[in-house]
Amino acid sequence: MRDFYGTTLANGLMLGTAQYPSPAILADAFKRSEASVATVSLRRESGQDRAGQDFWKLIAGLGVHVLPNTAGCHSVKEAVTTAHMAREVFDTNWIKLEVIGEEDTLQPDVFGLVEAARVLTEDGFQVFPYTTEDLVVAGKLLDAGCEVLMPWGAPIGSGLGLNNLFGLRAMRAHFPDVPLVIDAGLGLPSQAAQAMELGFDAVLLNTAVAKAGDPAEMAEAFAMAVRAGQLAAKADPMEPRDMAAPSTPVIGKAFLE
Amino acid sequence: MKLRLNGEVIDTVQDTLAALLDAHGFAGARVATAVNGTFVPAALRATQPLADGDQVEVLAPMQGG
Repeated sequence: MRDFYGTTLANGLMLGTAQYPSPAILADAFKRSEASVATVSLRRESGQDRAGQDFWKLIAGLGVHVLPNTAGCHSVKEAVTTAHMAREVFDTNWIKLEVIGEEDTLQPDVFGLVEAARVLTEDGFQVFPYTTEDLVVAGKLLDAGCEVLMPWGAPIGSGLGLNNLFGLRAMRAHFPDVPLVIDAGLGLPSQAAQAMELGFDAVLLNTAVAKAGDPAEMAEAFAMAVRAGQLAAKADPMEPRDMAAPSTPVIGKAFLE
Repeated sequence: MKLRLNGEVIDTVQDTLAALLDAHGFAGARVATAVNGTFVPAALRATQPLADGDQVEVLAPMQGG
């Protein structure tokens, strides 16, 4: 498994922490997912209820790597400032960089993304850019200093799976040494398994687990799927073919006409 | 003076960011701060002056995907 800025993860599942019915269900889902990374965010805190402090205690207790995001940022300045604030609060150089360019699809503004990635890399951040499967953008992100790429599977929260199989397969082939994470759009464990079978290093998902009827059960299902897909990729899958090929030997078959 | 703390207009006599945080219950809290859109590291809060009309953001860990 390729490492992430020098960190080897126990498995290829990165799980979001938003939208769970309760903190207890979140904790249970993480336990059953065995996820190695939790994504988190930053929001305004009230001095009275201090909700963020309780949330932090919960996350710190999960024993996973923490990957803060810049979700909701639409400009380079906003994303860079948010990243700096996240680094101080979460005490990590990791940042899941999101610069959103379009509201209906929440697709990244790839021009702002490349610029923000360059600024943050120069400031010592280890950037996990939320990007598309565009190979030219991917190359520019690597030039900007990114050592990990996170192409979308489908729009955030859509649950559509891998919308552009050709593009994702091409990306994997084009950057054989770069850790690649499918970030966003997964709705089912089978889609996560498919991503891993294609040779991706990890999947990052949130809504598929948090919005399932039983989030903890779904978390375990994703854990199994990621493991299955990872094993399958390692096992070197057979080449598909258009015509049938008998699996039972024909030599030695009796003549019974 | 009047300034905005996390979007709400407040009246305050605190003239540094550190003093404002203490006065509003953030002492010891795991938060990050920005004034007028610029990040202010924790080590600089005590010397970060506040002026009438400033916009102060106090952010904390929150759920995210």
